[in-house]
Amino acid sequence: MHEYSITQQIVKIAEENAISNGAIKIERISLVVGELSGFIGESIQMYFDVLSKGTLAEGAIVDITYVKPQLKCSKCNSFFYRKRFSFECPQCGGMGLPTEIGKEFYVKDIDILTDK
Amino acid sequence: MELQRVEVVKNIYSENEKIAFSVKEKLTQKGIFAVNVLGSPGAGKTSALKQIIKLMPDTKFYVIEGDLESDIDTQKMRSIGVETYQINTKGACHLDAPTINSALDNFNLREKAILFVENIGNLVCTAEFVIGEHIKMLICSVPEGSDKPYKYPIIFENADVIVLNKCDLKEYVDFDDKFFYDGIAALNKKAPVFEVCAKTGEGFDKLVQWINKVRV
Repeated sequence: MHEYSITQQIVKIAEENAISNGAIKIERISLVVGELSGFIGESIQMYFDVLSKGTLAEGAIVDITYVKPQLKCSKCNSFFYRKRFSFECPQCGGMGLPTEIGKEFYVKDIDILTDK
Repeated sequence: MELQRVEVVKNIYSENEKIAFSVKEKLTQKGIFAVNVLGSPGAGKTSALKQIIKLMPDTKFYVIEGDLESDIDTQKMRSIGVETYQINTKGACHLDAPTINSALDNFNLREKAILFVENIGNLVCTAEFVIGEHIKMLICSVPEGSDKPYKYPIIFENADVIVLNKCDLKEYVDFDDKFFYDGIAALNKKAPVFEVCAKTGEGFDKLVQWINKVRV
C-alpha cells in the first residue's frame, strides 16, 4: 500500500530531472532498491502505470536493481549475507552489525528523449 | 530526436525527510519533545502511554493517534484528560511527515510538552518514514515472540528505546530472553531495553526516568 505515495515521488523526481534536461519524453527510469527498504518492485510498477499517465514518464520502463543486505562482522570485519534467525559471521562466528548495504532507495538515472 | 541518459541519484524519501526536518525544528523551538511510538497491533502502545503519562503528572502531553479506522485510542487518551488528535489513514500503513505537519495545526502548542505520536500498528514501514520525531520508542510484547529482532531488523535497528511489554506473561509463553537480547545486541548498541507490564504499571518508573533524562 505505501508504494502509492512513494511512486508519486518517483514520478516527480523523474519529471523534474527530465524537464531540466529538455526532455520531451522519459523512456526509462532506473531505481536502486535495497531489499531492506521494504518496497516491492511489482507494486511500484503497478502504481507507476497509473500515476505516470499524462506526465512525461507515461509509458516509461521502471528498471529496478535490487541490493541484498549485508552485515559487517564486528570481529573479522568481513561483509556477509545473514542466514535466517542469525546475525553470526559465517567466517569466524563473530556478531554481524548492520550496514547501509540493502537500505538503498533512490532514482539512479533516467533515459530521456530530446527533440535535438 | 536523441536518447540521452541523465544521472539523478536522488533519495526517494527526500521530500518526506525535508518536511520531517522542518516539523522537528518547529517542535524543538516550542520546547516540545516528540516521540514516534512504534509497535505491532496489540503490543500495548496505548496502555503503555497511559502508564507513562500517569507517572508524569506535572508534564503537559499531546497525543496524535494513528489508526486505519476508529477513534478508540483517542477516547482512551481523552478519558485521562490528554489533548488528543485522531488520524484515520483508511488504507495507509504508516504516518508520514506531511500528515503530522498538518495534524499539528489541531493543537494550540503553547506550553513545553511531550508529544506522543502513536503510529499505525506495524513493524515494517513505520520504521522507515521519519515524521519529525526526536526519538523512536518501540513497544514490543512478550506474546509476539522473541524472534522479532530477526524478522523485523530495521525497526529494532532504528529504535532509540525498546520497551518489552506484558512481561507478566513470560511464565505462560515460550519467550527466549537470550535469543531476544542477542538479536537486539547485534542490531542496536545504543537503545536501552525496559521490561514493563502496562496492566500493572510495573517497570515504568525506570522508563520514565530515562525519558526525563533524554527529553529536550
